[in-house]
Amino acid sequence: MLLECPVTGEDFQAAGEAAARLKRTLRQLGIDAATARRAAIVAYEAEMNIVIHAFRGVLSVDISPERIEILADDEGPGIPDIALAMQEGYSTAPEYIREMGFGAGLGLPNMRRYSDEFHIESTVGRGTSVRMVINVPSKGSLA
Amino acid sequence: MTGPFHSVLLIEDKCRGCTRCIKNCPTEAIRVRQGKARINAERCTDCGECIRTCDNHAKTAITDSLDRLKDFKYTIALPAPALYGQFGPDVHPDRVLAALIDMGFDDVYEVARGADVATLVTREYLRAHREVRPMISAACPAVVRLIQVRFPALIDHLIPVDSPMTCAGKLAKESKSREMGIPPEDIGAFFITPCPAKVTWVREASKRGFSAVDGAISIADVYGEVFRRLAAMGEPAPRRRASGAGVGWGGSGGENAAVGLASFVVVDGIHSVIDVLEEVEMGRLADVDFIEAQACVGGCVGGALAVRNPFIAHVHLEKLAKGLAGPPAFTPEEEEDLARRARAGQFDMRQDIAAVPAFRLDQDVSRAISKAEMIEKVVKDLPGLDCGSCGSPHCRALAEDIVQGLAVDTDCVFKLRHQVKVLAEQLFDLARKNPSAMSAEGKSELEAEAERREG
Repeated sequence: MLLECPVTGEDFQAAGEAAARLKRTLRQLGIDAATARRAAIVAYEAEMNIVIHAFRGVLSVDISPERIEILADDEGPGIPDIALAMQEGYSTAPEYIREMGFGAGLGLPNMRRYSDEFHIESTVGRGTSVRMVINVPSKGSLA
Repeated sequence: MTGPFHSVLLIEDKCRGCTRCIKNCPTEAIRVRQGKARINAERCTDCGECIRTCDNHAKTAITDSLDRLKDFKYTIALPAPALYGQFGPDVHPDRVLAALIDMGFDDVYEVARGADVATLVTREYLRAHREVRPMISAACPAVVRLIQVRFPALIDHLIPVDSPMTCAGKLAKESKSREMGIPPEDIGAFFITPCPAKVTWVREASKRGFSAVDGAISIADVYGEVFRRLAAMGEPAPRRRASGAGVGWGGSGGENAAVGLASFVVVDGIHSVIDVLEEVEMGRLADVDFIEAQACVGGCVGGALAVRNPFIAHVHLEKLAKGLAGPPAFTPEEEEDLARRARAGQFDMRQDIAAVPAFRLDQDVSRAISKAEMIEKVVKDLPGLDCGSCGSPHCRALAEDIVQGLAVDTDCVFKLRHQVKVLAEQLFDLARKNPSAMSAEGKSELEAEAERREG
């Protein structure tokens, strides 16, 4: 199934709603709690990145019994140096956003750490696209 | 009865089907159907929110009656620390304990003393286990159940340490049995509870063989009896053994003050607890060691079965706790013995906190996915006003109920009204259609006039 949630840049009040909707759905599907949590975390980080850095974007999640694919597509400034942006602690978030407890430079590294597949593409002046896959363990392989 | 037992239940005669409770239930466990609220037993956490919100007093809590004392040869009262806050700031615990004895209990063991034990065991656990952070206290049974039902990924974050009540029950029975030479099963330990979730916890755990506590009696049920005795009482015997810190567990913040960690969060009120747990689930707060989370505003003094205003009771309790500052709760030998028992797993309650998949749409993931897709379709067609008039807490919940076959789309008053309008328009259109064999006389003058103009 496909869930699509629009995300608006700078809208901190609504930030997290897309990830919350995903969490609710995963809980209903009976996807195991640890996998659902990883998916929710990467979706949340992706959503927050759009809110913090971009003008607008869409978070779309494709869920099947085998995998959860999360695509975060935004219109925004883009990332000039992706390798640098992937480093823990590196952040271009302005001071007022850091004061809100965001922009610690852990977003992208966490997204990579918690997903089984991670791809990022960015064009400066156009926007960024992140695709992440989380594999759902089959019932047999669960303890 | 097959489902889990619940203390919180509905008094059908009093329920007017007003839908107030459904909006406030943290696990969306209530629906109004056929004019009456129905509580889903899988989802209910016994937090007591519905008892508090119901203006018709149609929600109540089952607790054990004092008659159950007759079932045991020897009885011990286990008063919650919150009980001390129900009287005045100057009513010493010894007076409350003497009143309980006078009411018919053979002995007392303070749950505040159990809290002293839980404090020690919790510290020990946090010291030995540093893999997962933040760790969440499991002392509040409604929070534990909330995590089992709504945040199963956070079960690993619960500190699997017996609650103060359980510690108190275990130790009370143990020492009495040894001292009096009677078998533990002849001893009845009764928790004096501010909390319906504790009643549920005791009953459900007893199905699994839990025997540290045999029943839970509401504070509201003993309040009058204790109060009456306080006035007439002489100098009470010194029975109090709990430390001030142990007594402090009865109010929010007290648990953390006792455990004494530098990095902590204290949160009370079930909706605020949910907000914090959402953060933890998202991987935030990893720099916090300890979360004290309580379902009731003010902590246990705010329990649905407590009598006094929780803010006043909290002040009483704090003043009492300060006044009791004295020697440490345990001698070094006792402390060493408890730590050894903790390491041996004697205060471990991990087996009681498995996930409860109460939100699952279907046993089969593929079928659950098709249902979730249908829900997305149905919800787009609903007005999105979340008014609750259909008896489900919000439009998405109604969509889920429709897909699960528990409701129909015309349960939505707006959908119903729309369908009536469509039907009325169809009726009107049909009424205008005359069989060609019929003369123009069958038409109203207005219609005939309209046709002449068009013609």
